[in-house]
Amino acid sequence: MNPWLRLILYLVLAPLAGGLLAGWDRRVSARMQSRRGPPILQPFYDVLKLWQKQNLAVHASQNYFVLFFLLLVVFTGALFFAGSDLLLVIFALTTASIFFVLGAYKASSPFSFIGAERELIQMMAYEPMVLLTAIGMYMATKTFYVHGIASHGGMLVLALPGVFLGFVFMLEIKFRKSPFDLSSSHHAHQELVRGITTEFSGRALAMIEIAHWYESVFLLGWIWLFFASSPVLGVVMALVVYGFVVLVDNVFARLKWQTALASSWIVTVVLGFGNIIVLSLQR
Amino acid sequence: MSGITKSPWILHYDASSCNGCDIETLACLTPIFDVERLGVINTGNPKHADIFLVTGAVNEQSKGVIQNLYRQLPEPKVVVAVGACASSGGIFRDCYNISGGVDSVVPVDVYVPGCAARPEAIIDGVVKGLAVLEEKHKRMRLAKEAK
Amino acid sequence: MTLVLALVALPFLAGLVLLCLRADAPRRGVVIVVTAAVCAGCIMLACLPAPMELGELPVSRHALNLGMMAVEALMGLYILWVGVRSRHFLIVALMLAQGAVMVWFERLAGADANAGHPLFVDKFSIIMALINGLVGGGICLYALGYMREYHTEAHRDIPDRRPMFFALLFVFMGAMFGLVFADDLPWLFFFWEITTLCSFLLIGYTQTPEARKNALRALVMNLAGGLTFALAIVCFYRETRSLGLQALIHSGHAVALLPAALLCFAGITKAAQCPFSSWLLGAMVAPTPVSALLHSSTMVKAGVYLILRLAPVITGTTVGMMVASVGAVTFLIGSLAAITTSEAKRVLAWSTVANLGLVVLCGGIGTSQAVWAGVLLIIFHAVAKCLLFLCVGVVEHKLHSRNIEDMSGLVLYMPRVAVMMLIGMAGMSLAPFGMLISKWAVLRAVVDACPVLSVFIVFGSAATLFFWVKWMGKLVEVVRPQTRVIKEISLDESLALYGLSVATFLACLLFPLLSTQFVEPYVAGVYGHSGSLGQGNIIIMMIMMMLVMLFPLSFLSGGRGVKLVDPYLGGANAGGGPCFTGSAGAVETMTLQNYYLGSVLNEVWLSRVAVAGGVVLLAVMIAFAIL
Repeated sequence: MNPWLRLILYLVLAPLAGGLLAGWDRRVSARMQSRRGPPILQPFYDVLKLWQKQNLAVHASQNYFVLFFLLLVVFTGALFFAGSDLLLVIFALTTASIFFVLGAYKASSPFSFIGAERELIQMMAYEPMVLLTAIGMYMATKTFYVHGIASHGGMLVLALPGVFLGFVFMLEIKFRKSPFDLSSSHHAHQELVRGITTEFSGRALAMIEIAHWYESVFLLGWIWLFFASSPVLGVVMALVVYGFVVLVDNVFARLKWQTALASSWIVTVVLGFGNIIVLSLQR
Repeated sequence: MSGITKSPWILHYDASSCNGCDIETLACLTPIFDVERLGVINTGNPKHADIFLVTGAVNEQSKGVIQNLYRQLPEPKVVVAVGACASSGGIFRDCYNISGGVDSVVPVDVYVPGCAARPEAIIDGVVKGLAVLEEKHKRMRLAKEAK
Repeated sequence: MTLVLALVALPFLAGLVLLCLRADAPRRGVVIVVTAAVCAGCIMLACLPAPMELGELPVSRHALNLGMMAVEALMGLYILWVGVRSRHFLIVALMLAQGAVMVWFERLAGADANAGHPLFVDKFSIIMALINGLVGGGICLYALGYMREYHTEAHRDIPDRRPMFFALLFVFMGAMFGLVFADDLPWLFFFWEITTLCSFLLIGYTQTPEARKNALRALVMNLAGGLTFALAIVCFYRETRSLGLQALIHSGHAVALLPAALLCFAGITKAAQCPFSSWLLGAMVAPTPVSALLHSSTMVKAGVYLILRLAPVITGTTVGMMVASVGAVTFLIGSLAAITTSEAKRVLAWSTVANLGLVVLCGGIGTSQAVWAGVLLIIFHAVAKCLLFLCVGVVEHKLHSRNIEDMSGLVLYMPRVAVMMLIGMAGMSLAPFGMLISKWAVLRAVVDACPVLSVFIVFGSAATLFFWVKWMGKLVEVVRPQTRVIKEISLDESLALYGLSVATFLACLLFPLLSTQFVEPYVAGVYGHSGSLGQGNIIIMMIMMMLVMLFPLSFLSGGRGVKLVDPYLGGANAGGGPCFTGSAGAVETMTLQNYYLGSVLNEVWLSRVAVAGGVVLLAVMIAFAIL
């Protein structure tokens, strides 16, 4: 498929898919708690409502950071689906996250501040594994380019089982789900009030939500890449992994940041680095 | 359909309540009543909320807090007074430390009577609040277009 | 040829002149004129084709060598005297050993020392010369304003020895030029030792007991490096009867490995890698221009410059693997240690050590891709780190504190300096700016050559993100509205700061040009092919850069449509801003303090691990070189 076509499809369809995934997440979580849960389209109603609310802020410039967070997340996903260098994609996402964190710092309230610090610790926790995933894919397919990895013959998850498991562990952090929802509790929870998103309202909050949808689709796309040689299985596995993430979210309680950091890095070293060592010995 | 009534996010504040109404309010979130069906989320953050749900009568300490929180709610916003004490001061109306119900501090849109107010009544009150929200939103939009 | 010699000689002469000038105005004049001349000279040099055909030396080689020997002997005697006076046994021992080795060498070599052309200028030399001239020149300009304020306001108790200070700055600049243009190993060694001496004298400038102690520590470690350098010269000469650096690079493994390993050891001490990092940390007691010039942008670059030059010799060997491991370990430990401290200059010092570790890693791996990445790292790091040091110097004078926690709200208090600091930090950590691109290049090179080392890079990279963004956040957050400082920076300082900010910007913007015009030709000349960015990636990076640079434009909207309210403090806001009603009705003010992860990371423990690791790795390296 033409990369430009993929890019356009991503730009248009990703928020729809991301919103549906978020709605499905809330409904499944509710069912697990013996409740009915909101309609699947609820996230869209939420964003629509937020868009029309008054925009309150502590400092006007905090919203500019959020705008660029959204733009850069979209850019990241666009890069990924257009098929370019995986390392560049990771660094673009890092830049986007930095803008988000700086916006929370700008808001200068205790809750957003601690949320920002914890978000940085979370980033420090998952970054090594994410980079090792890209490195692992390179070692298995000899290319960093997403279109090259996607068109590689063998199923990557067979060559990279450790990396895959480590990556799924990190997804728990990246999707901001228990046990690692340290920086901004999702919807029903209130540990730091709203953590990093505390001081944002109206359109800025809507933009954060939309950025999370784009990011979700990008991350599930990456899971798909592990199974790229049989695309349908890839889509199924992406949804299965997402379901697994939701299940873990409902089963576990939140951990402290020290535990989150330590466990992530141990998983990275054992599973991720172990896989890399095996691959380098095989060469 | 503006979407504003399909996603009412609530800020729940206990002014000086005995917690009876608070327990009933939180019961609305439980599986038996499950207000999340209506899209209701209990956010603890005024900047994210549409509906300001207050229980309990207003005393000196809670007066400033209610004003602060009310200021930090973005428009359009709705105040729902839950329970007899929030509506009018209830059984504590003549106490020296109570200034009355919530309407002695901020304008109230919906009064939910009861001591303690029942969850069904609270949900009814929130739904009525949604109608007021829709009304305020229309007025806000017209005012913006007029400018 | 004259241009090259002028670039080396002019700063030395300027230094001698400055030693005699006591008054401020003539000093300013000399500094400005010489800096402008040096910058012009470097730019002219960059436009010439390279590697260059250099003509004959105007003075006889023999006479120059005698002159150098005399100066070296004087320096040696001075250092011996310093060692005896401070009862530092190790300094005396190392200097005597070094002297003995050099005397032995002179007797061995005799007339051979005068053969061959001592200077060699290729693209890499030009890059280093540009950095030295432009960045170093900027620092000298900055130092004019900074040192004036240093002595008249901030540190009135420190004796004013500015003539010596500026003289040393320019002598050092001349020595750096000599270092990067030298092909003759004894000449390189001569300039190398001058930089060691300058570093010692400048660290001890304030003459406080702490400064003296740190100056001696720097001297000891650099002398150890000097000793191995001298041994390398002797070793190489005995095998091949030749003294050229290029000859060394092109000799076979059997002959060149041991001298190369010894030279890498010297480079590692100069670049403050494990286990020698403590001298750089200690050198932060010196005034800021010293920290910027010697200890981040130029002198320590001499160490990594040498290692990168030697990369073709050590690539693929155990020696190279050990050098790369030293770099990798230093990068990881330096990045983790920078998280734990709140003193601004200490954070910058650890960050410098870490980034130099990355360059050493590239040199140790030694493939064409790695060397390409390493040279790019040098360029971006020199510019961005210098900018940061100079900004921190200005902030220190205005706030009377080096603590990052005191820099809260700097965007309102000193907006221009704060924005420049943010540019510098973005240059260090944000894609698509220089350092991150270089890090991308390093990752690609490492994964191809030695995937096992990549684990150090990924963990270190995650750590660097933490301490940079936390500092950026501290600058950006506004807890209490503050009134602006009217006169943030003096003219000299602002020239340097604006110039460096523009340079950081341009270096990132013109990054593909830098790569194709300078770095790739050098690497291709050495290896036959070069790593490169790839057309598609360049376009992507340019798009991303445009996107990020649009950010400042968003401030033009002036905050329309946004209603400003208080932050959420549990509804207990009292009177706006950071005040809230606390317990017992008292009004409190909120404060925000960054995380330093003290429960997880400990700076002392990390330093110890670094030293232990470094010692083991270097021992293995020397062992394998000898065998």
